[in-house]
Amino acid sequence: MGLLARKDLLGLKELSAEEIKLILETAVPFKDLFYRQIKKVPTLRGKSVFTLFYEPSTRTRTSFELAGKMLSADVSSLSVATSSVVKGESLEDTGKTLDAMGANVIIIRHTAAGSPHLLAKTVKASVINAGDGTHEHPTQGLLDLFTIKEKKGRIEGLKVVILGDAAHSRVAKSNIWGLIKLGAEVTVVGPPTLLPPGLEEMGAKVSYDLKTALKDADVINVLRIQLERQKKGLFPSQREYTELFGLTKDKLAFAKDDLLILHPGPMNRGLEISLEVATSKNAFIEEQVTNGVAIRMALLYLLTGGGKTDELID
Amino acid sequence: MSLLIKGGKVIDPATGLVEYLDILLEKGKIIKIAENIGNDQAETILNAKGKLVAPGLIDMHVHLREPGFEDKEDIASGTRAAAAGGFTSIACMPNTKPVADDQTVIEFIKSKAAREGLVNVYPIGAITKGLEGKEITEVGYLYKAGIVALSDDGKGVMNGEVMRRALEYAKLFNLPIIAHCEDENLASEGMMNEGYMSTVLGLKGIPNAAEAVMIARDLILAEMIDAPVHIAHVSAKESVELIRQAKARGVKVTAEVTPHHFTLTDEAVASFDTATKVNPPLRTKADIEAILGGMQDGTIDVIATDHAPHTKEEKAVEYLYAPFGMVGLETAFSLVYMKLIQSGVLTLAQALEKLTIQPAKILGLQDKGVLQEGKDADIVLIDLDKKWTVEKEKLCSKGKNTPFHGWEMQGKIMTTIVGGKIVYCAEN
Repeated sequence: MGLLARKDLLGLKELSAEEIKLILETAVPFKDLFYRQIKKVPTLRGKSVFTLFYEPSTRTRTSFELAGKMLSADVSSLSVATSSVVKGESLEDTGKTLDAMGANVIIIRHTAAGSPHLLAKTVKASVINAGDGTHEHPTQGLLDLFTIKEKKGRIEGLKVVILGDAAHSRVAKSNIWGLIKLGAEVTVVGPPTLLPPGLEEMGAKVSYDLKTALKDADVINVLRIQLERQKKGLFPSQREYTELFGLTKDKLAFAKDDLLILHPGPMNRGLEISLEVATSKNAFIEEQVTNGVAIRMALLYLLTGGGKTDELID
Repeated sequence: MSLLIKGGKVIDPATGLVEYLDILLEKGKIIKIAENIGNDQAETILNAKGKLVAPGLIDMHVHLREPGFEDKEDIASGTRAAAAGGFTSIACMPNTKPVADDQTVIEFIKSKAAREGLVNVYPIGAITKGLEGKEITEVGYLYKAGIVALSDDGKGVMNGEVMRRALEYAKLFNLPIIAHCEDENLASEGMMNEGYMSTVLGLKGIPNAAEAVMIARDLILAEMIDAPVHIAHVSAKESVELIRQAKARGVKVTAEVTPHHFTLTDEAVASFDTATKVNPPLRTKADIEAILGGMQDGTIDVIATDHAPHTKEEKAVEYLYAPFGMVGLETAFSLVYMKLIQSGVLTLAQALEKLTIQPAKILGLQDKGVLQEGKDADIVLIDLDKKWTVEKEKLCSKGKNTPFHGWEMQGKIMTTIVGGKIVYCAEN
């Protein structure tokens, strides 16, 4: 057990505000590493970190691998295509195999919600959820919180809009839990077909009107729209989606000047966000990526435990 | 072989009997129900002091899995589980492999049950060939082979025209159709109840409407055709209301609910325990309240388990990949006792009625579900005060997929008698 009083990080729903704050604070010194000549500390020397991705991903996987390497952990990656997964090995058995290899941390991405929970029950290693189906993507939620805190100086009291396909977005769920726990006011905006039931019960507001929601928003997090949703009839066409819910320059006219724009990536430029908006001074989409590595370093550190961060980094 | 059940409190919802009486059984029949029957009348005496003596329970919705899925359950293990749960008669669903859509499969089940079954087994035939929802089966041959109802349980019959013709044709043989009501498109890829919990867990939801829409269709068809339809495993509040209204109009509809649907809500899914994955899914408190109301006013006629065993390997996977279903035979009565009787929703007689005479009537089972001289000697002895803990590894069923593992239960089946023979006796 590390400095977080839990073995695994499966979702932000389970975390207390204090735990979230601890992770965010811990990430600050790790981010400083990026501005050094030698981007490596010995913090996790001798620890084994495995990434186990059942779903294609470049950024999240690379981000975790880099985080592990910058902390001097031994990072191994299980690739679905070449592993026994294709032979139909159960997740439990794969987990036990990694345990037997002495894994300290297993980072799992999976199309099926709850897979990290199943793995966590099976293995001794710490499990980090790197996105499970449409359940949660806690590290993305944390890096979004980190970016908001960094740019706005606070989270409490901010008005945050989450825009788009909340029904199929694990990013949306993790964001909503994290933001609400830290005292932000969350409004989820999208067409009714892409908004799941129970958002109000989670503590968010729901709106179908982007322009009104933008008016007093401090932050907007634009979700990726998967093109297959259109084929399933959840919205009639891409151009109508963009017209109503795409974040374009003309809609920004309704927003505050200092609106912070986030996007978890990868973007569908011209669909949910226009190129102009994505590259505007209000958008910090690339910095989110840097922050992602810092957050993941903080988590690896906190879950595996160690000395004080400042000692280890200096 | 004669058996005398002495000193128990005899309860029979069909006749309204509640009295301390002795019951003498001989040659598979109830010979005598009276006070103080002499011990010299029988070869074996069964002391029922402090026990409730009721008609053997009848479960009209069981998946015995044989033929084809014997790793999940077979007729021997499934009927053992039934006996342990106090069920003396069960009706088994046709989604076997091969599908029970042909008289040879029905004959196989019947002969296997006669040889290896501990309780009476009544096969249900498929409505459509291969459960494909397209072509109706040879209902006449199935009837001759001994089916008691028709169902495509596990799937809804999506095509309204096919359902219409099936309801019409089944009238020829007075066979009820047991409707698994689910609109495949509305339910598509769903894994649990649609609502707050499905959003939180990221598991695709099945809305109440997926069930209710189909029930509405089948009620309208049954009304038009004036044919009997039995609605399987009602889970949604809207469904209860639709059935209530249809009954008021005189539609020949009956309905069942499972113990898990009146016991658990979708909050049980929170841990991603695949034992909670069931179709229709566990719903919400509001749905349970509607179901309880439906049981009180008679909208819901029957309690049935939808006993659906699966192997450990099949359930020890990601929630998405786990098959639907949970075992239910061995926990049913205790849940009925605790959730319905102890909590004051139903009287003992009202609850037992839904577990005995009501399913017997719907399936046309002669001489079953009633304690009367001349009727079949299918009887259960229950200790209402006895507490026990569910241990899945100790279940008689091959299926260990129960969400009730570790639950403290009250109300235990002590002895099960089928055709005058003791087929189950609880360890003390």
